[in-house]
Amino acid sequence: MNPTIEIEQLSTGYRGKKRTKVVATNIDAQICSGELTCLLGSNGVGKSTLLKTICNFLPPLHGQIHIMGRLLGGYTDAALAKVISVVLTDKLMIRNMRVDELVSLGRSPYTGFWGVISNTDRAIVQHALQLVGIPHLAHRMIHTLSDGERQKALIAKALAQETPIILLDEPTAFLDYPSKVDMMQLLHRLSRKENKTIFMSTHDLELALQIADKIWLLDKEKAVQVGTPEDLALQKILHRFVSHQGIQFDSPSGLFRVAYSYHHTIAVEGSGDAYHLLCKGLNRHGIATDSQKEMPTIPITVYCQEGRRPAFHVRTSKETIVHSIEEVLQLVEKHL
Amino acid sequence: MISSPTKSIALRSIHPLWLFGSIFVCILLLMLLNILLGSVYISPQQIWDIIIHGDTSQEIAYNIIIKSRLPQAITALVAGAGLAVSGLMMQTVFHNPLAGPSVLGISSGASLGVAFVVLLSGSIGGNALSTMGLIGEVALSISAVIGALSIMALILFVSQTVRGHVTLLIIGVMIGYVANAIIGVLKFFSVEEDIRAYVIWGLGSFARVSGDQVQVFIYLMIILLPISMLLTKTLNLMLLGEGYARNLGLNIRRARHLVIATSGVLVAIVTAYCGPIIFLGLAVPHLCRSLFHTSDHRLLMPGVMLMGATLALLCNLIARMPGLEGALPVNSVTALIGAPVVASVLFHKRSTI
Repeated sequence: MNPTIEIEQLSTGYRGKKRTKVVATNIDAQICSGELTCLLGSNGVGKSTLLKTICNFLPPLHGQIHIMGRLLGGYTDAALAKVISVVLTDKLMIRNMRVDELVSLGRSPYTGFWGVISNTDRAIVQHALQLVGIPHLAHRMIHTLSDGERQKALIAKALAQETPIILLDEPTAFLDYPSKVDMMQLLHRLSRKENKTIFMSTHDLELALQIADKIWLLDKEKAVQVGTPEDLALQKILHRFVSHQGIQFDSPSGLFRVAYSYHHTIAVEGSGDAYHLLCKGLNRHGIATDSQKEMPTIPITVYCQEGRRPAFHVRTSKETIVHSIEEVLQLVEKHL
Repeated sequence: MISSPTKSIALRSIHPLWLFGSIFVCILLLMLLNILLGSVYISPQQIWDIIIHGDTSQEIAYNIIIKSRLPQAITALVAGAGLAVSGLMMQTVFHNPLAGPSVLGISSGASLGVAFVVLLSGSIGGNALSTMGLIGEVALSISAVIGALSIMALILFVSQTVRGHVTLLIIGVMIGYVANAIIGVLKFFSVEEDIRAYVIWGLGSFARVSGDQVQVFIYLMIILLPISMLLTKTLNLMLLGEGYARNLGLNIRRARHLVIATSGVLVAIVTAYCGPIIFLGLAVPHLCRSLFHTSDHRLLMPGVMLMGATLALLCNLIARMPGLEGALPVNSVTALIGAPVVASVLFHKRSTI
């Protein structure tokens, strides 16, 4: 686990003619190989700017970045192309290009003047397509792909570039939930299997906390805080990071959940999925659940009965048996 | 938008070599027709004698073939190739399907140069340029090149500081407007005869280049067209957009300068010799992308050259069909014939994808 990217006292931002716009300052951190590192931060805090600075699209305003032990400014464009590859948020506006052609372009730092692809290059392209699991898409046109497939093709392009470092700017944006999970697990797997340094920015806090090896929290006041998701939770840094109303940090799981404000309490008894999901449903309606029967504010008791067909015994003055949570909620609502 | 993989493979089943072959045959055929057809009938036997054996005994026929039809056909061939290549480069560098050779105001620059010389020679020099023969022709070409290249230098200078290609594109279009406005002012102060000469120049023609000049024109294009072939890898990377291209080791600024300069010089020279030919540069790249079903410039570049030459020859042929001799300006034909062809090809392809 040796650090491949070392950042010292970095300030990022845009140097204009008249004035310089500083986006983030005092960034001190390292990124290691063989790890998936996620960069988290709210909009406008400078995630993209930091990524652009690391891949040398923007010069640092202050401080230094060492890539593989060498100062970033000391790399030529061509040399850097063999060290860092990127997957950007820019929309590809190409028609009539096949996926394998796109991935082959990842070989350009290695090909000659005409960009002719050798057999070795072709094998590397094929391998890259296999790693991301899209060899069957090789002959499809890029503009016919779904967002997730296109993102994978771009990751294959980055892999074909054979760089020790891959930077990704919000690769999970615009994807549906299963694709997001798929994408993050793919990147995690690649970091392990290929011993790559993978650094990605994302807004998917939940997923990052569950999958990433390291988390970078970028923040206006505290600059950047780095650690494993669990350490950040233990040090209560995550709590502070999302200190909004309506979000609660669930310490045992190390994840966030929506905070409900409760106005009522109800007695619920039972166990298993039916019990937990009913509790969740009631919580969503602002009703706290209590199995101890201490001071329920609603004169109802619900017994959950697990089984092939779950049953809910709703007891008021009389007992009603229903089979869906929706019906329970309707009955409870009547007694509010 | 979603196509089954089998279908997209089926569409690609026409091997590029076949396409190249058939376009090449088209060019040969059109060359022949261009030499064969005209308002004066000259038999194939005569043409064979004149071109192959250098038979000068039939003076009129010899003059028509060697001094008119042959140079005209070659001019169309080379100019078409040049304009199409220039259009392809502009569309790639600006990521804009509507970009063409005229988009950066470079051809307006050529027009401005010509306008200065043509329109002012009468009112200031007291001698209408149109009456000066060969010197007038050369002056016209040189002023067009100077006009176009100075606008291009201005664009390159601006591109040093402007980052976004959309901004640069808009600045180019603005420069074009300014050039046209100046031409308007110049016209206002010119004598009628000069305005007429200028308007005729503006209609575009492959016939204007005379025997001696056609050689210079061909040599220039023979140097420039291969240079554009050298830019294929650069152009392929540029397709991905600035960020990805840069990450793959491309020096964006230098690449952009090289492409704009090559493309600009091509337009400048073609415009100097043939006048502002519209449409070909915009349409041919689209046509080729559709036909070859690729964005790879290693295929597109030669494809566009051949297709540009083909269309230019076809338009030239139609422009001087027997009975129409001299009546139709090339610009009308390029658009009238070319636009429906290109639109139908694009439309047909779109519906099958």
